[in-house]
Amino acid sequence: MEFETVIGLEVHVELKTDSKIFSASPNHFGAEPNTNTTVVDLGYPGVLPVVNKKAVEYGMKASMALNCEIAPVTKFDRKNYFYPDNPKAYQISQFDKPVGEHGWIEIEVDGYKKKIGITRIHLEEDAGKLTHGKGYSLVDYNRQGTPLIEIVSEPDIRTPNEAYAYLEKLKSIVQYTGVSDCKMEEGSLRCDANISLRPVGQKEFGTKTELKNLNSFNFVRKGLEYEEKRQAEVLREGGVIEQETRRFDEATGKTLLMRVKEGSDDYRYFPEPDLLDIVIDEDWKARIRAEIPELPDARKTRYIDTFGLPAYDAGVLTVTKETADFFEATVAAGAEPKQASNWIMGEVSAYLNAEGLELHETKLTAEGLAGMIALIEDGTISSKIAKTVFKELIENGGEAKKIVEDKGLVQISDESALLAIVTEILDNNPQSIDDFKNGKKKAVGFLVGQMMKATKGQANPQIVNKLLMQEIQKR
Amino acid sequence: MSRITIDEVKHVANLARLAITEEEAEQFQHQLDAIISFAEELNELDTDHVEPTSHVLDMNNVLREDEATKGLPQEEVLKNAPDSQDGYIKVPSIMD
Repeated sequence: MEFETVIGLEVHVELKTDSKIFSASPNHFGAEPNTNTTVVDLGYPGVLPVVNKKAVEYGMKASMALNCEIAPVTKFDRKNYFYPDNPKAYQISQFDKPVGEHGWIEIEVDGYKKKIGITRIHLEEDAGKLTHGKGYSLVDYNRQGTPLIEIVSEPDIRTPNEAYAYLEKLKSIVQYTGVSDCKMEEGSLRCDANISLRPVGQKEFGTKTELKNLNSFNFVRKGLEYEEKRQAEVLREGGVIEQETRRFDEATGKTLLMRVKEGSDDYRYFPEPDLLDIVIDEDWKARIRAEIPELPDARKTRYIDTFGLPAYDAGVLTVTKETADFFEATVAAGAEPKQASNWIMGEVSAYLNAEGLELHETKLTAEGLAGMIALIEDGTISSKIAKTVFKELIENGGEAKKIVEDKGLVQISDESALLAIVTEILDNNPQSIDDFKNGKKKAVGFLVGQMMKATKGQANPQIVNKLLMQEIQKR
Repeated sequence: MSRITIDEVKHVANLARLAITEEEAEQFQHQLDAIISFAEELNELDTDHVEPTSHVLDMNNVLREDEATKGLPQEEVLKNAPDSQDGYIKVPSIMD
């Protein structure tokens, strides 16, 4: 029997506000345990939460960027549960009036485009963090009260690759809006996945399992691939899928049973009595909408149309706003767009990956890169020398022209100067000339290498090639 | 016929993490039945044209600017915890 896979994703994104969603304690990652809390976060008796305006606006902004309708009236509700990560024994969340609903994003995967629906986006508070020891658990409440949005997708995703593409796109858009860093390694973006199988053609969904401990987009894809196979095997053997929560094991790439769900969760939601409704009028919406920058898809189209970039380049450059902004600044500083694109996707990206850095953590400026590209274009430096200049620019900053002058890296294009060296090298390597004449084309490579060695890489390669050929013929 | 079953009473007690005996369950069944019956008096009102409300106050958009203050000192936070270790609150093992 052939099966169709149905996947839905729940993504939690921490909002980058200065203070918590319901209290004024500081909201940042990496502080000493239990130093970023107030009596509100700790759920002391008699305290009152007050909603952080910016958290609501960030929720609106993300919802708009993800094509959601914004609720005219939104409110908070209590979700009741006992767990030591939450000192109040309830989480303030949103139940029936989330800030955003009915959104979508478009993904491109394996050569096709597809719209994935977003059911809802709601605001809530994050819980504390537990570290488990033997026979005890340690609790840090710093994260308690961090503003979150939960983004729930429609069950529109059909393959693990689509899930991956959805997450990449979601992250890219949310990062553009500036409401979150979306760093999975710091937990500012977290993902749970629901997956079920059904016979092709069947309308009803099969029983789903929920996957947890998915700590990278790659693990989401791997976990779903494993679970897809596992469920298909169970069903083909006539078994049934239990509604259960499974944990992805990074070491083995398998999903392991955590717990079987018995009945539905009983959270007893009710309207949060300590907080009032939030009415969102057209003016407020317009103000927030005006703050949303041009988003990745629009930028991609513009790069193809106005800069004549290939769709691939335009896609890569627009994944993060930082890269896209840098590219545009480089072009504005005079660089030819395709050259700028090649350097950013090539050397710049390779350097950042190797060093584990982000662009703003290096010394490279758009002017520096554009200046270097100009020097290649006008023949002052060869692309080989450019790599030396580039390394200097990204590590120590400065101006390309000055680096070239200070380090004496100017390309030697003077034919008479080069001819003297060519003659000397040919005199010293008669064997290579014979080899070449006997059909060993590789012999030229050796001679070019000798030229570069003699000129410390500064000889103009085109002229060297021309002179070598010309002089070999004469011998 | 009670408006709430013994099983529902036990379920509610479990959700509230209350351990109750069979006798107590029966006792609470009667009491909860009376409470529900009292609340049901509200059904006599015609609310067809009344918007649902979650608040008695006619106010909305009570919001705070995003300004952070200092958090409580760690030793203050840990004062109320029965046990702590290295700045963390220590609780009995939690199995998920």
